[in-house]
Amino acid sequence: MNSPVNHNNFTVTQDGIADGEVLLDLRNVSLAFGGVKAITDISFDIRKGEIRAIIGPNGAGKTSMLNVINGFYTPQQGKIIFRGKERVGMKPHQAVGQGIARTFQNVALFKGMSTLDNIMTGRSVMMKRGLGWQMLWHGPALAEEIEHRKKVEEIIDFLEIEHIRRTPVGKLPYGLQKRVELGRALAMEPSLLLLDEPMAGMNLEEKEDMSRFILDVNRQRGTTIALIEHDMGVVMDLSDRVVVLDYGRKIADGTPEVVKSNKDVIDAYLGVAH
Amino acid sequence: MLYRTAGQFKTTYEADHALFPVRQDAILLGIILVVAWVVLPLTANEFAFKALLVPVLIYTLAALGLNILTGYAGQLSLGTGAFMGVGAYACYKIITIFPEVNLLVAIAMSGFFSAAVGVAFGVPSLRIKGFYLAIATLAAQFFLVWLFEKWAWLYNYSASGAIQVPTIEMFGVVVAGPNAKAITQYYFVLAVVTVVTMLAINITRGRIGRIWKSVRDMDIAAELVGINLMKAKLSAFFVSSYIVGIAGALFVFLWRGAAEPNLFDIPLSFRVLFIVIIGGLGSILGNYLGAMLIVALPVVLSYLPGALGIPVSSSMVEHLNTMVVGALIIFFLIVEPHGLARFWAVLREKLIIWPFPH
Repeated sequence: MNSPVNHNNFTVTQDGIADGEVLLDLRNVSLAFGGVKAITDISFDIRKGEIRAIIGPNGAGKTSMLNVINGFYTPQQGKIIFRGKERVGMKPHQAVGQGIARTFQNVALFKGMSTLDNIMTGRSVMMKRGLGWQMLWHGPALAEEIEHRKKVEEIIDFLEIEHIRRTPVGKLPYGLQKRVELGRALAMEPSLLLLDEPMAGMNLEEKEDMSRFILDVNRQRGTTIALIEHDMGVVMDLSDRVVVLDYGRKIADGTPEVVKSNKDVIDAYLGVAH
Repeated sequence: MLYRTAGQFKTTYEADHALFPVRQDAILLGIILVVAWVVLPLTANEFAFKALLVPVLIYTLAALGLNILTGYAGQLSLGTGAFMGVGAYACYKIITIFPEVNLLVAIAMSGFFSAAVGVAFGVPSLRIKGFYLAIATLAAQFFLVWLFEKWAWLYNYSASGAIQVPTIEMFGVVVAGPNAKAITQYYFVLAVVTVVTMLAINITRGRIGRIWKSVRDMDIAAELVGINLMKAKLSAFFVSSYIVGIAGALFVFLWRGAAEPNLFDIPLSFRVLFIVIIGGLGSILGNYLGAMLIVALPVVLSYLPGALGIPVSSSMVEHLNTMVVGALIIFFLIVEPHGLARFWAVLREKLIIWPFPH
């Protein structure tokens, strides 16, 4: 019943878009909170199958950008085209149904629940049995539970967190919490995965582990990834393309090599003599 | 030693998802069920049923309902007493309009009325949280008790303004009313409580339970996991108020025999809330333990001096009782703020590794 997991058998969401084609296109997006302009006239795209990094100094609008992408904020201006369709008036909880999952800068796990339950929650949307079947437990509800448990166990296996399956996540060290959160996002089987500072506050070894997981997710599951990260070494090594924001504006966009040598980027990070 | 779990392996997910993955837990529950269904009915007298067993079970059921809302879904409510009232009055109206309806059916139906009222008063939870929501549910408490007083149709225009439970038979046995035997009523309540507890366990350990807990722990993250907060919160209000409503119907029909509107006032709400907090938020077992402490302990304590032959005046017993119960509540909350259920969980952990310290 519980056969060994083959990592190459991961289910990849079929969405009819070939690798390298544009998955998400942001056109002239602007977002303001009252008088504070968080994002001003930014356009960039995310192509299927790539790892796209969003970097910039503190307060550059990176997290706001992710919140716009997954529908938590609705921009005042601009178009968001996801899978070739323009998005109009989406509620945050509908993002998952469209195949967008994310992790948070400050770990946002369900602290009172075990690792297993946290990751299982990621599959709530895919579970359909209603209150009636749930009350009976045996029968369809249990069958569905076990079916999804198998998928979750694959993820637990993949992230090497078998030993903390039953531990309430509030008791876990930070690095593991980040990993559980990645697991919960993976459980949603997203086609676009948004990672908000996945390596913040980690030591070198944990960063290496996390980098390996990100690359594996990208390669084995074919998941497109957009990530925000402050560790430039990690960003330049992992990502295929980098977009740089500063004060809510886009100042550079391109491969890591191009971005690294861009004068505006160097100025933004190191400051410039006036 | 008795609780050793070593050597109990799970080879399927089905076995792992069993209610009691540990064999000793199942045995323990079996013993408790035998005590509740066989030993107690054989040994208890009329007084024990009326003053201890039946009220403990009914309060457990009400606490279970509130625990689903507050302990699992994280929505604080102070309107439990009023929702119990809705169940009781709905059951009364159903019984008087359709006297031929089976009492069990009437009680099950009256739950839907309180569930509908609960959902209506749960709508503010979509915008407000925590203490502010508690105040909003307090509005339900005041409004509904006022309605029970002023809407004469509810108590069939009786002069006293109270509802009287008529004699009700089920399959030839009197189950409610002045002529009902205590043991029949005990079995009736026990059956309802057992079934509802089982269903509640099933709901809380599956998908819906996880959704509720995720809303409780972090609602923004829950939303971005794809959970519809409105559905999650209102379904918690629905299930919770349904159970509370049945508890209210049992409260009047199988225990009190009559009820005035002020019976469902704030003290009742607080009593149920205390049971939930002392028993343990987010635990099914906690409701039973809390109800035993809050409902049964005072009764036992008040008869203790007499039983031990200590000459104490009855008013003194009353005062002592209040002091002892109050002190115990404070003691338990200091020793284990997460409730009696956690107390048992810690004890069980220790038993599993006993006689070794860790």
